[in-house]
Amino acid sequence: MNSEIVVSVCMGTGGIAAGGDMVMKAFQEEFAEAGVANATVVEHSRLHKVGCRGFCARDVLVDISVNGIVSTYQYIQPDMVKRLVSDHCIGARPVSEWLVGDDYHTFHDNQTKIVLGDLGKIDPESIDEYIRVDGYKAAEKVLTTMTPAEVIETVKKSGLRGRGGGGFPTGVKWGFCAANDSDQYYIICNADEGDPGAFMDRSVVEGNPHAMIEGMIIGAYAIGATVGYVYIRAEYPLAVDRLHLALKEAKEKGFLGEKLFGTDFNLKIKVKLGAGAFVCGEETALIASIEGERGMPRAKPPFPANKGLWGKPTIINNVETFANLPHILNKGADWYAAIGSAKSKGTKVIALTGKIRNTGLIEIPMGMPLKEIIFNIGGGIEGDKLFKAVQTGGPSGGCIPQQHIDLPVDYEGLASVGSMMGSGGMVVLDETDCMVNISKFFLEFTQSESCGKCVPCRLGTKRLLEILTRITEGEGKEGDIELLQELAEDVRDSSLCGLGMSAPNPVLSTIKYFRHEYEAHIKQKKCPAKVCNKLLTFFIRQDMCVGCGMCMRACSVNAISGEKKQPHKIDNSLCIQCGSCFDACKFSAVLKE
Amino acid sequence: MDTQTTATLEAIYDKCAANEDNIITVLQEIQKEFGYIQEEVVHWFSERSNIPASKYYGVVTFYSQFHQHPRGKNIVTVCCGTVCHVKGAPRIIAKVREDLKLGEDQVTTKDMQFTLERVNCVGACSIAPVVLVNEKVLGKVTPSKMVKSLKEHKG
Amino acid sequence: MLNLNIDGKDVSVAKGTTVLEAAQKLGIDVPTLCHDARLKPFGACRLCIVEIAGMPKPVTSCTTPATEGMVVKTNSERLYRLRKTTVELLLSDHPNDCMVCSSSGDCTLQELAYLYGIRENRFVGEVRDHSRIDHNPFIIRDQNKCVMCGLCVRVCDEVQGVGAIGYSERGFEAKVITPFGHDLDCEFCGQCVSVCPTGALTGSLWSGKPRSEGVVKTDTTCTYCGCGCNITLRTHGDKVIRVESASDNHNRGWLCVKGRFGYEFINSNERLTTPLIRKEKGAPFEKATWEEALDYVAGKFTSLQQQHGSDSVAGLCSARCTNEENYLFQKLFRAGLGTNNVDHCARY
Repeated sequence: MNSEIVVSVCMGTGGIAAGGDMVMKAFQEEFAEAGVANATVVEHSRLHKVGCRGFCARDVLVDISVNGIVSTYQYIQPDMVKRLVSDHCIGARPVSEWLVGDDYHTFHDNQTKIVLGDLGKIDPESIDEYIRVDGYKAAEKVLTTMTPAEVIETVKKSGLRGRGGGGFPTGVKWGFCAANDSDQYYIICNADEGDPGAFMDRSVVEGNPHAMIEGMIIGAYAIGATVGYVYIRAEYPLAVDRLHLALKEAKEKGFLGEKLFGTDFNLKIKVKLGAGAFVCGEETALIASIEGERGMPRAKPPFPANKGLWGKPTIINNVETFANLPHILNKGADWYAAIGSAKSKGTKVIALTGKIRNTGLIEIPMGMPLKEIIFNIGGGIEGDKLFKAVQTGGPSGGCIPQQHIDLPVDYEGLASVGSMMGSGGMVVLDETDCMVNISKFFLEFTQSESCGKCVPCRLGTKRLLEILTRITEGEGKEGDIELLQELAEDVRDSSLCGLGMSAPNPVLSTIKYFRHEYEAHIKQKKCPAKVCNKLLTFFIRQDMCVGCGMCMRACSVNAISGEKKQPHKIDNSLCIQCGSCFDACKFSAVLKE
Repeated sequence: MDTQTTATLEAIYDKCAANEDNIITVLQEIQKEFGYIQEEVVHWFSERSNIPASKYYGVVTFYSQFHQHPRGKNIVTVCCGTVCHVKGAPRIIAKVREDLKLGEDQVTTKDMQFTLERVNCVGACSIAPVVLVNEKVLGKVTPSKMVKSLKEHKG
Repeated sequence: MLNLNIDGKDVSVAKGTTVLEAAQKLGIDVPTLCHDARLKPFGACRLCIVEIAGMPKPVTSCTTPATEGMVVKTNSERLYRLRKTTVELLLSDHPNDCMVCSSSGDCTLQELAYLYGIRENRFVGEVRDHSRIDHNPFIIRDQNKCVMCGLCVRVCDEVQGVGAIGYSERGFEAKVITPFGHDLDCEFCGQCVSVCPTGALTGSLWSGKPRSEGVVKTDTTCTYCGCGCNITLRTHGDKVIRVESASDNHNRGWLCVKGRFGYEFINSNERLTTPLIRKEKGAPFEKATWEEALDYVAGKFTSLQQQHGSDSVAGLCSARCTNEENYLFQKLFRAGLGTNNVDHCARY
């Protein structure tokens, strides 16, 4: 009998959150049960743990392959498994109403997948599966047939630039490092993805950890490092587990440890868990953290490539950069350099999220217009709302308005409008988002994550946040916009590290493109997007209120009154605009103006 | 400090010394064992390792992972990433505070059942807003869904 | 040697020299708050920023190594604006009570505020309140005046090797503190007080004492031990009110707890001001002049030597004398009295 049934359940963080583990268990149970009647089904069914395929909003996603024909289901819950097994696996009749729709294919078909290529296809907990898709071939080729200088030259020629945010050419950085005369060199993988709204590193480590490890082997060989570190967030428990397993398997295969691939090259990779500080994504702070210190950045120059970990030449690249390398070394620099735009080569993994239909992890060739990302891959704005802006680069980036929707997404393009690539977070905002509030949100973040070492960041971000807070609370003064701009520029130009230098970007870009929103808050004391509660008046629509009393109970200052089953009223002289009544009302009877 | 605690600390010390671990890893091990970082433990380690207590204290207060007070039985971690923010994380936090009767600046309930924490981003933005109750990730959380989940853990 | 150009002037410096040191060699004044040539560069105050051709943003001169052909500008409109904002930000989180601060007149922050003419502050906002009395005998810690330059933490670690204080928290809440915020419990060398650029760390002994009016400074040598640290006494009237030490002397400005804080004996009324002689066993001490005392001792030595030989006498000197005094003392015994019976309490 040649019928082979393979069930793949998405088990990334998103998949598990949506109940992936329960779905898997249900499949196992259903197969066991069905096995009593038809034993061959059980024997041929293989439960497959795959990583994230990027479309987490549709989780739990399940692939059922019968005799090589694959069907993909979305929003699968445990109670739906019984029918899938009976109808599809046994009865060979796919359950059409649960299958993914056209948008699922548009989402995937418009992408160019290099880093994400094997995600969702291979089992991240099995090195053999990685080897099956040519894994560790590039590392073997590099170590056995190329000189370190040739490797550096290839990476330079490919045009690969650091995917962690700065966009510095990877090969050039390696060249600087290798040029030092030292008794020890270090290679570090930065997996301390701290940008709110970015999860590409987590997905790669969870879904294909060996690609990153292979990239590190290539880099270590190029610069001559025999010790490597992976600095990864402790908040990613699944990624940490899979990383440990992958390192163990690679060591067992002789890809790590001593005499790699039979050569004289040795490499030991250690894992360091980040302890929760965003600033440790900054190279020098990360080094301080690996050394066991407070994560306070150190002044550059000297750069880590010359004087890094314990004063030795050190290369730090992020997960995505490393994951690109096996492909570049396998397929050649020219192949890679042919993808992307003039100065930004290859692809970029982007976490596309926010007020958009298709949220998830995507990979696009550099230079793809913003519009295509949002409207083709992303499927446009969620609900019937209007697009307002897209925030890129996390707390270090800026907000890009409608007028720049045709902008090519690459390092230069984003920088030209006052934003940046960052690690690749892209949060889409619609008309119900207040740009002053967004700006305040990011400043709250950077201010609380500032290490406190240098004056402009420690006190500058605090003062920026205070000014933004007073604007959103109706206390804004004439001249506040100019003051914000001046201070933001000064913090940007005189801070010690990347955190302080880029923290003002959200303020500067929102003032540049949404100055009228700031003015509305300051002059008319109005929040056009109706987000800033202190600037709103709450009232109850008498014709909609059913008198359930939910709002009255939610109100902490007793500003709401009314008889049972009679329309209620808000006393605005008592109301503190906390918005609790608005959240509490199940009948949309509470309005804000 | 009782002999059992000392023995545990000796074991952590030996393990970390063998691995040449840094202060951060040492503190992570201590927290794994005791749940939080106690002052006397820091002083013990400072003398044992001949590293000033100020270094340990500096690290403990720098990284948000370290706790100086015992935490509740259940840890409710609200993701405060950008997407969770625009999709209503502040409302979730307000609801948790209200439901657990937490005062301003209070993070752990008096009966030590719950501790409310925030995290910058758990990287599950597609299912925002996200809350972690202990190790379990809850996606697309609403205030009422939150209350229901808290109820399950109230025992 | 490396050749670079700073503000239009050429200068040659040794490899490893920082841009700040190169500028100082040319006599160019670059403002700093967190820099001390005796400690490792930190780069936190951002006041010593300079513009270097080819670099997109200003960099701190204290941390940037000089390189061949570097072209540096230490002053420009942009740098002035950035420095002024930095000082203004520091003052926005400062008590600004110079009138009653014991560091007034000795405060880098005060001087910067004056130089940049900061009268109004654009950044009024929350001010930290870390006020807490530290019950220790020597050092007054006023955290509200701390600018987080880190000099105290670094001197305690790098020079003294003690690590009694460190940083805690982060961002706006960051502060310099003892572990778990207890009272300071260290050897009280007071090096931290000596490097503090503001009034955050001051000596309790000179709190409330005159700051500049009528204060006379006298350079002298510490009498506590043979190290002979150079010190400067601040006196007011006939009272010593403070001890300090300049960083360019042989002890590089570093003192110990005795040298820095142990000066109150000078003003004690129990202090001996003339020699005292007890002429017979059990008799009380009697005041004498130096001539009387020296004659008396010389006479006794001579008679003992004549009666019992040179080795019947011995001399013990004190570590509180200078090296030169100790040298002369042994010379007196060896060459003058002809004995090797001479010793000194800090001989080891």
